[in-house]
Amino acid sequence: MTDTASHHNPRDLGLKPLQTVDGTPLKVSLARAKRRARIRAVLLVMPLFLFILVTFFIPVFSMLMRSVENPVVVEVLPSTVEQLANWDETSGEIPDDDVFNALAADFKVAAVDKTAGKVGRRLNYEKSGFSSMFRKTARKIKKLEPPFKEGIIDIDKKWADVDYWRVLKRESREYTDSYFLTALDFTYTDDGERVLKGDDKRIYIDLFARTFWMSLLITGICLVLAYPVAYLLSTLPVRSSNLLMILVLLPFWTSLLVRTSAWIALLQQEGVINSLLVGAGVLDDANRLAMIHNQTGTIIAMVHVLLPFMVLPLYSVMKTIHPSYMRAARSLGANPYTAFVRVYMPNTVPGIGAGAILVFIIAIGYYITPALVGGQSGTMISNFIAYHLETSLNWGLAAALGAVLLVVVLILYFVYDRIVGVDNMKLG
Amino acid sequence: MKKLVTKTLIATAVATGMVGVASAQDLVVVSWGGAYTASQQKAYHEPYMAMNPDIKIVNDDSAGGAVAKLRAMQEAGNVTWDLVDMVASDAILSCDEGLIEEVNHDELLAAAPDGTPASVDFGDLIVSPCFIPQIVYSTTFGYRTDKVGDTPPTSINDVFDLEKYPGKRSLEKKPINNLEWALLADGVAADEVYDMLGTDEGVDRALAKLDTIKDSVIWWEKGAQTPQLLADGEVVMGSTYNGRLFSVIEEEKQPVAMMWDWQVFDLDGWVIPANGKNTEEVKKYLTFATDTQRLADQAKYISYGPARASSAPMVGKHATLGIDMAPHMPTAPDNATNTLLYNYEFWADNVDDLTEKFQAWLNN
Amino acid sequence: MSLPAYAGKLETLWYYLFRVICGLILFFLIAPIVVIIPLSFNAVPFFTFTKEMLAFDPAGYSTKWYADFFTNLNWQGAVKNSFIIAFFSTIISTTLGTVAALGLSRSEMPAKSLVMAILISPMIVPLIISAAGMFFFYTEIGLASTHLGVILAHAALATPFVVITVTATLVGFDQSLTRAAATLGATPVTTFFKITVPLILPGVISGALFAFVTSFDEVVVVKFIGSYEQRTIPWAMFSGIREQISPTILAVATLLVILSIGMLTAVELLRRRNEKMRGLSPG
Repeated sequence: MTDTASHHNPRDLGLKPLQTVDGTPLKVSLARAKRRARIRAVLLVMPLFLFILVTFFIPVFSMLMRSVENPVVVEVLPSTVEQLANWDETSGEIPDDDVFNALAADFKVAAVDKTAGKVGRRLNYEKSGFSSMFRKTARKIKKLEPPFKEGIIDIDKKWADVDYWRVLKRESREYTDSYFLTALDFTYTDDGERVLKGDDKRIYIDLFARTFWMSLLITGICLVLAYPVAYLLSTLPVRSSNLLMILVLLPFWTSLLVRTSAWIALLQQEGVINSLLVGAGVLDDANRLAMIHNQTGTIIAMVHVLLPFMVLPLYSVMKTIHPSYMRAARSLGANPYTAFVRVYMPNTVPGIGAGAILVFIIAIGYYITPALVGGQSGTMISNFIAYHLETSLNWGLAAALGAVLLVVVLILYFVYDRIVGVDNMKLG
Repeated sequence: MKKLVTKTLIATAVATGMVGVASAQDLVVVSWGGAYTASQQKAYHEPYMAMNPDIKIVNDDSAGGAVAKLRAMQEAGNVTWDLVDMVASDAILSCDEGLIEEVNHDELLAAAPDGTPASVDFGDLIVSPCFIPQIVYSTTFGYRTDKVGDTPPTSINDVFDLEKYPGKRSLEKKPINNLEWALLADGVAADEVYDMLGTDEGVDRALAKLDTIKDSVIWWEKGAQTPQLLADGEVVMGSTYNGRLFSVIEEEKQPVAMMWDWQVFDLDGWVIPANGKNTEEVKKYLTFATDTQRLADQAKYISYGPARASSAPMVGKHATLGIDMAPHMPTAPDNATNTLLYNYEFWADNVDDLTEKFQAWLNN
Repeated sequence: MSLPAYAGKLETLWYYLFRVICGLILFFLIAPIVVIIPLSFNAVPFFTFTKEMLAFDPAGYSTKWYADFFTNLNWQGAVKNSFIIAFFSTIISTTLGTVAALGLSRSEMPAKSLVMAILISPMIVPLIISAAGMFFFYTEIGLASTHLGVILAHAALATPFVVITVTATLVGFDQSLTRAAATLGATPVTTFFKITVPLILPGVISGALFAFVTSFDEVVVVKFIGSYEQRTIPWAMFSGIREQISPTILAVATLLVILSIGMLTAVELLRRRNEKMRGLSPG
């Protein structure tokens, strides 16, 4: 592991510039050794670096690129797009015969390749009606004779609506901002201006706000619950604190699905807690509490899942605070409360920061627990990303939502790195 | 270390080889899992494999996210599925996107026993050139018989009547069906529902009606949730697929009954992925699995109506319960007084927009 | 934390109140895990304690959910897949992660914090985003719906844990030990296996355990890139909860709790051994 070339011969000392046994100057030799050490370090890291690059980094990056990529319109309707360049979308008139002729030609190809439906679906995200318009046109284009303008409008009269043409022209660009606009609840007006959507269609800002707020609340509750436990653990004698530590670590090591099912068993209306309360006469059988499939259920279950992530960093910081600080404060006349708040708590700030950011980062991207116990009010942004991936198939929007989420997480990560340093992250 | 890496790679290769990639004679059939796949296994797969010992049908229960996976496979040019079970609305869109193959129904499918060609036997149910109908199912309501007193609910209005039927209801977390039911309960005539939903005022009216019960609704995402919620007594009534309710009522003997008013018919069937690897084998299988007898057989195991007209008279008794299945079909005359047919064209255009509105409404 | 002799009445009260509060919080942490154990022996298919159970009537208890678990092919396949996938992804991630940690802990490593950020990104990026990316990419290269694909994906998700635990072990690693070995004539390979490996072994093993658990507990990615043939235990539990809740899930959960107790014990023993070897605690 060390470099034998740097062992110099003492007899040469003082006669010439420092040299190694083989006669190279020590400076050169050292530089070489250093370079070799650097190469060795890089070579050790390289396999994992390439592995992560291929199995993780490139996949995620190329997925996020879908949030701006928009190839489908120009690919399927190339000559229409070319002709549309000459059309003035502010004129209020629909395009002329040249465009319709190009459209007919493009559609004849698309009908054979079965690609028209793809474009219709893509544009339907921007404006309702494109889907049927494209599918109908593709089905009937084969038999269509010139003049195409009248013929195409006959197939679907939406082709005579200038608003559809405006959207078509706008989304013929290869890169689009429309997914990001949607992800932030903005939309294009018919005139092509970007405006905030109306109240009845705003989803994502509220959802991001809710996700953020819920994560904050979960982090707060975790902190409040973790602080006393960590304090107790750090001040108890080793033997008893080790024993109690098991109560923190066992949930940490237990499968997330196990804990989520446990909360379903506990919280549902016919579940353990409700049955106990009814059995004890606290609750009427008809008025069982709704504690699951809503925000309450999500927050309870997530606090449980994330609490160990708060206790552990707090504990490791508190462990380093010497009890003599508190004793000194007391002997200097501080009452226990003042001593605690003025002396002890400031010393635990790094632990609070580390735990809080860690919990918040995990909470904000959470998917499983909200999906299983979230119901409507407990849904978070990840669940919507999954919805757009699996159900609506609006992959561009899923990527845009993911990108926004990722930016938030990365900012938090850098804050974490500043406060704690990733090197100091401890697990278990 | 190097040795270890090599060893690992070899071991991995061996392990993956061991677990096996589907061989040429395996047909990968994607369906919904649970009782539904079981009914296909009994009625179609097992008899077919008995007749063709060299064919092995592998069930893949991922129909839930099938369109997404299929589209990604097509994008990548790497299709590993041979046959997929899809609802009609997905089949229509996938067909027009080129994800699945068009078929000639009369060429591919067997004629009815009396010689009626398949295209006539299936009739209007062939809603897309890519779609081979299998069953008619409906989305309808079930209610707890022990929680409704002496006057069980009989109409869609009762779903929206919190005074007469207090308690939670479960509805699907999407606009489809719920908006239609809301308008019907609000007094809109059935043939005007979709015209009305085409306008902003109509949508607002439907959402306003849903507002009246919003606080009492548990929103479901999977067909099994309503039966579970009914069995647990978490809801008084709820919508789900009729076959799911049948098994809660007849197989699990829970105190639940059906409310068929304004059930929404929908179709489910087979589609062949474009660029599949075993298309020829799959077509042979399909000819067998969609003939009159096989479709009628499926109804022995699950209470969905066979898609062929010629199968209806052959629907017999449930395979294990021994009860007559005909009265449990959504298409049975007593059940089908008021029905809607899923409006494929309307929802293909409006699903994105109305889902957005519906979600915004849910969040407010 | 013992009560000081000079404590006043109020302080005494607080001292006990504080312990009660901590007791309640610890109860909150552990109760859900404990409660599922008796529930998994329920005779009826509900998630609640029946009257018979509370009266300790043997008729209220049954092991049929365990029987279901051990005979049901759906679960058997899931168990087999979970172990195969977790085993191989652990080997890959532990090997790559340990080697990389050795490089990262050298002072000569250039652009250390950037490289570190990229290496641990699978842990930072929300799972749904990772799953989406892998879904498209793995489908494209033909690894979707294969065991190999899921193994590689899980290995990628698990390496950050290995890198972090092994790096943490190397922080206290005294480089003069390897230099000493070298001066005494040991080859780099001998030094590595005789000096470095025994010292970092606890970190490697606990990293491997983390990797194993990461894969064993992962459901989002496997749902996206796997298909039914690759279903794992968490997958089966996830669809079980959504599709048909039966106490079989609780039986599985109970078995998993026992497994995690085993894991926890292993990690705890390793931690103590590690601290003892590095002279950090009297152990």
